[in-house]
Amino acid sequence: MPIRTVYKAQIDHMQILDEDGKLDEKLAKNTLTDEQVVHLYEQMTICRTLDEVAFKLQRSGRMGTYPQNKGQEANAVGAAIALEKGTDWLVPCYRENAALFMHGLPMHYILLHWMGDERGNQIPDGLKITPLSIPIGTHMLHAVGIAWAMKLRKERGVACTFFGDGATSEGDFHGAMNFAGTQQVPCIFYCQNNQWAISVPREIQTAGETIAQKALGYGMPTMQVDGNDIFAVYKATKDAADRARAGGGPSFIEAITYRLGDHTTADDAKRYRSAEEVDSWKLKDPLIRTRKYLERKDQWSDKKQSELDERAKKITAEVVKTAEGIEKPHTDDMFNHLFSEIPAELRRQRDTLRTHSLGQEPGQVGLRAPGQAEHV
Amino acid sequence: MPELNLVQAINTTLAQEMERDERLVLLGEDVGANGGVFRVTEGLQARFGAERVVDSPLDESGIMGAAIGLAMGGMRPIPEIQFEGFLGPAYDQLVNHAGRMRNRTRGAIAVPMTVRVPWGGGIHAPELHSDSPEAIYTHHPGIKVVVPSTPRDAKGLLLAAIRDPDPVVFFEPKRVYRSYKEEVPEEDYTIPIGQAKMVSEGTDVSLITWGSMVFECLAALDNLPEDVSVELIDLRSINPFDRDAVIQSVQKTGRCVVVHEAAKTAGMGAEIATVIQEEAFLHLQAPVQRVTGFDTIMPYYKLENEYLPSAKRIQEAVEQVLAY
Ligand SMILES: Cc1ncc(C[n+]2csc(CCOP(=O)(O)OP(=O)(O)O)c2C)c(N)n1
Ligand SMILES: [Mg+2]
Repeated sequence: MPIRTVYKAQIDHMQILDEDGKLDEKLAKNTLTDEQVVHLYEQMTICRTLDEVAFKLQRSGRMGTYPQNKGQEANAVGAAIALEKGTDWLVPCYRENAALFMHGLPMHYILLHWMGDERGNQIPDGLKITPLSIPIGTHMLHAVGIAWAMKLRKERGVACTFFGDGATSEGDFHGAMNFAGTQQVPCIFYCQNNQWAISVPREIQTAGETIAQKALGYGMPTMQVDGNDIFAVYKATKDAADRARAGGGPSFIEAITYRLGDHTTADDAKRYRSAEEVDSWKLKDPLIRTRKYLERKDQWSDKKQSELDERAKKITAEVVKTAEGIEKPHTDDMFNHLFSEIPAELRRQRDTLRTHSLGQEPGQVGLRAPGQAEHV
Repeated sequence: MPELNLVQAINTTLAQEMERDERLVLLGEDVGANGGVFRVTEGLQARFGAERVVDSPLDESGIMGAAIGLAMGGMRPIPEIQFEGFLGPAYDQLVNHAGRMRNRTRGAIAVPMTVRVPWGGGIHAPELHSDSPEAIYTHHPGIKVVVPSTPRDAKGLLLAAIRDPDPVVFFEPKRVYRSYKEEVPEEDYTIPIGQAKMVSEGTDVSLITWGSMVFECLAALDNLPEDVSVELIDLRSINPFDRDAVIQSVQKTGRCVVVHEAAKTAGMGAEIATVIQEEAFLHLQAPVQRVTGFDTIMPYYKLENEYLPSAKRIQEAVEQVLAY
């Protein structure tokens, strides 16, 4: 036979909870309990509320550019609950706030970051979270390295990295996938395909039908899930984590989701996408369908909703107060964290900046006027 | 003559040159339908079509490498890298291919392209959206580097860059994008790469800078006593830079302050000061002073203004150099 098929593949799409809040009971078996669903619904609501608060802070000049998570929350919470806090690593981009909160990051850290303060990245001890990654598509390699280290050290953790559809076009994405596959590291690649990379639609990122199929080239189990369905997100992530822990190597998840807001507060999505498109996705909002599900199961009521809304408001107001209550960093802060020990020249710049705006004592470069004081 | 800001000047210049030269192709992230995140390419896709104004995949190495190929294949690509901090993934293509192709092939193959990159701090942007890497690319042979500070200069330098037979990195100071307007001639004109601009003539001290720091220097001049005569030079081109303008000025004034946003160590200030001591040593009345960013990472925006040279720091440096 001169021509024979040497490879065949298919990409499956999984949805467990549909847009009307109806559950596929068979697939949902051994996934989330009602109690867990309530918890995830609360987490999503709090995250959504924080998004709205952050948006207003930016608009009123109290915060810099901010990327809303709105519409994508199911990905963060579904994945976070499938992973073990304190054991598994989260290697995020910037649209996974709720996952970071669920794994212990104090909420005001996220605000501090976008308020232009590096202390928002000073991850508290014991948390297995890396800082938000601004250079797109670069951090997945770090997840691979972290997973590799866990494998070498025989730890049971897995690393889960989040990134967008746009990120899969970067060269480092290839590097990360290839290293993960060839080293068989316990790493989960979680792609939040929200259909857009700023103004660039998914079809411009790749001529392929799906993003999930990219993983086939690296010998990695891969699938597509409904990213607005907490059950599907949970199951796909849990299965990938179980496989990784059992020595089965990396997995890829393409989660189909949608960014309901602008790319960031600096963007105006009306310039490049239609209101009809946005409206059609509003019907698929993860919060709406999760609430419908809970109502169906008699686990939710208007009263519970208004209590939750109140609580979310209170929590986020507190978070804003904490973030805004933190004093502006001292100029020393620019210098103190470049190296474990500050080199002499940096120390000189740091110390003289305290008293002299040039960051050098006049006398040190022979530029002191006769009779002029050392410091102004 | 229309009054334009920097964004408008670059936009209309691109349109004018695309009209004139069919080989021009713009490519980059969000440059098409969205007109670029700073709107510099606004309306160009509608006017010239999606084949000439190309929304690319999110891949800086791809953008730069493909642009090199387009140039080798007879086009005149103008790749845009969305922010200077994201030149990182494109570094290998820019430095190791664009900068070397002519030399590697002993002149047989050239890479005529203009890499447009929003540059510098001062707009309270997130990490890696506020850096000033002009010295890095100047240090790599084979790449020209320009930083226009005004709309009129931007037009002349952009046309010179596009028509240059070699790769040019065209850094656009974001802080100036919409903060300054001036009359920009409608006709075709170029400003030679490598030619500085005398902003104000003076006899006491030479103040040398580029990009948005030109405006910070002007603010410093306002605060200096009237009898202090400062010669303000806007370098405009960083590689090659106008050595003659610098040397002649310092030979006249005997004193010099260089101002740039980038970190001090191994910044362009070091190169300029060295050229001055090589070529005008006996004219110097005081050591050359540098007012620059610190040798730190550009901080997140809460400390941005403490990092960037301010009018006050510039004024102090001028006073110190004069008092020496
Ligand atoms: C290396 C790099 N290039 C460009 C940018 C500018 N930028 C920020 S977000 C973004 C789009 C990201 O799209 P995607 O990966 O789909 O994530 P999403 O924002 O949709 O969640 C771009 C181009 C960047 N931050 N880093
Ligand atoms: Mg996206």
